[in-house]
Amino acid sequence: MTAPLLQVQGLVKHFAGRGGVRVRAVDGVDLDVAAAEALGIVGESGCGKSTAARAMLRLIEPDAGSIRFEGADVRAARGAALTALRRRMQMVFQDPYASLNPRRSIGRTLAEPLTVHRLARGAAAWEQAGALLEEVGLPAAVRSRYPHEFSGGQRQRIGIARALALRPALLVADEPVSALDVSVQAQILLLLRRLQQERGLAFVFVSHDLAVVRWFCSRVAVMYLGRVVERGPVATVFRNPRHPYTRLLRDAVPVADPHRRAAGPRLVGDLPSPAAPPPGCHFHPRCPRATAICREQAPAWTEAGGHGAACHHPLD
Amino acid sequence: MMRRILSNPAAATGALLCLLVLLAALFAPWLAPHDPIDQSIVDRLSPPSGSYLLGADAYGRDVLSRILYGARISLIVAVSSTAAAVVVGGAIGAVSGYIGGRLDLLVMQAMDVLLALPSLILGLVVVALLGPDIGNLVFAIALTAVAPFARIARAPVLSLKQRAFVEAGRALGFSHVRILLVHVLPNILDEVLVMATLWMAAAVRTEAALSFIGLGVRPPTPSWGGMMREGFDNILDAPWLSLFPGLAILLLVLGLNLLGDGLRDATDPRLAVQ
Repeated sequence: MTAPLLQVQGLVKHFAGRGGVRVRAVDGVDLDVAAAEALGIVGESGCGKSTAARAMLRLIEPDAGSIRFEGADVRAARGAALTALRRRMQMVFQDPYASLNPRRSIGRTLAEPLTVHRLARGAAAWEQAGALLEEVGLPAAVRSRYPHEFSGGQRQRIGIARALALRPALLVADEPVSALDVSVQAQILLLLRRLQQERGLAFVFVSHDLAVVRWFCSRVAVMYLGRVVERGPVATVFRNPRHPYTRLLRDAVPVADPHRRAAGPRLVGDLPSPAAPPPGCHFHPRCPRATAICREQAPAWTEAGGHGAACHHPLD
Repeated sequence: MMRRILSNPAAATGALLCLLVLLAALFAPWLAPHDPIDQSIVDRLSPPSGSYLLGADAYGRDVLSRILYGARISLIVAVSSTAAAVVVGGAIGAVSGYIGGRLDLLVMQAMDVLLALPSLILGLVVVALLGPDIGNLVFAIALTAVAPFARIARAPVLSLKQRAFVEAGRALGFSHVRILLVHVLPNILDEVLVMATLWMAAAVRTEAALSFIGLGVRPPTPSWGGMMREGFDNILDAPWLSLFPGLAILLLVLGLNLLGDGLRDATDPRLAVQ
């Protein structure tokens, strides 16, 4: 098997909270993404999925763990090496209104990364900015306009064009469609899929929307309280979840037909504070299958056929 | 932007007043009917008349001419001290806010110490220590405004650095210097500009106050605060000596305040037309 494009092991990021407590936002995450593959990261709000995504790109400096991208050690990269890595892995943001500098024209925003990385300058950079816009479905003529003249969906396209400017191999997308209307979501998802196919882009796709992940990604990692609790191919993970949390998460998705609604247990209670995670398995206070061992020991990772979970009492 | 300011009557009045003072300062040599320093003892304390429109002072100097030339001192001191405070204070605030952490805490506490000293007292101490000349005056007034500008620049930087476009800049491998100069600073300029206009009014007042107590520009160079002080000796016989420079100060301060308020309204994003 060839080495994955991105390999993350034991990624940890703790924040200092009020009164000196440590908030364990990301607490030992293992992930890997193959070239041209889309990996989804799902979980409730506050489970650390966005922090994990940012830590992979070192937009937030991780506290521990290893990140390897195209064979290079991301955490050890400094200066020019880090700049070279940044060219290969880019980010798409959730809020299309905050992700563009309101004072710069679209053309300048898109040409800037090209000039900074000395890939093109002046008229050539301006030319490429137009090509990028056309690639994301906007006319090149909008180069001279400013962000406030565009709708959310158009801005998201511009944000994607900016991420593509440096010809990356990996896009980390943090909830790229959750701020958009449903009809616009579909357009952006289709655009991302087309880019994945045409450019051979790999994705880390962070979302709380299981339907979107199911459609867009081939593999998925389910996060709970800073840890990956289950990981595997999208179809298997959602059809035959092994971790009770994944199943509850899946069954929490509203179903239109009342006769087809799942009758099983519901996900109750709130996500515990990552500043004081429960001992043993983090999920035990909300888990219908929890027993004594779950309260004492963190479950080990077991994997079969590329589908793994961390649970003492996995579902079959 | 310009149209928005002028469409607001109060702001337009302010702009007009400031323009008036600016023109007076620029064209003082052509506008002034007399030399501002030439003494004419026979005309001492003469009331406003045809040849001395605003009267003459205790040395027989023309008050109008002195007010016109005095505008230069007021504007030079106000503009250069505010400019210095904007550059130094703005840089301190923006960098400190952008870097954040313990350094930010330390710098801002130092600024709070500076902020706790009343500006007139601080200015007084500095001028008293360094001696009254225009450079020291500018330095003293700038010093009192550094801390407020550091605060004004820092607050929006704190929110801007959380914005996704700043994060995008980091993801794209831009240097911190580039992010700060190209992506953060242009977005705080409006707020700083508004405050700079309002602070200029404060600088005019501080300059006048320091000149009034004799710590301003040395006589015989005309300055509005100094003229008020000199006029005080004859306030009962020749009230115009203090009245007219006082009015000049009032008009400039009023003009700057109105203009500053108008600028603030014009740059308020909630009022901006998309």
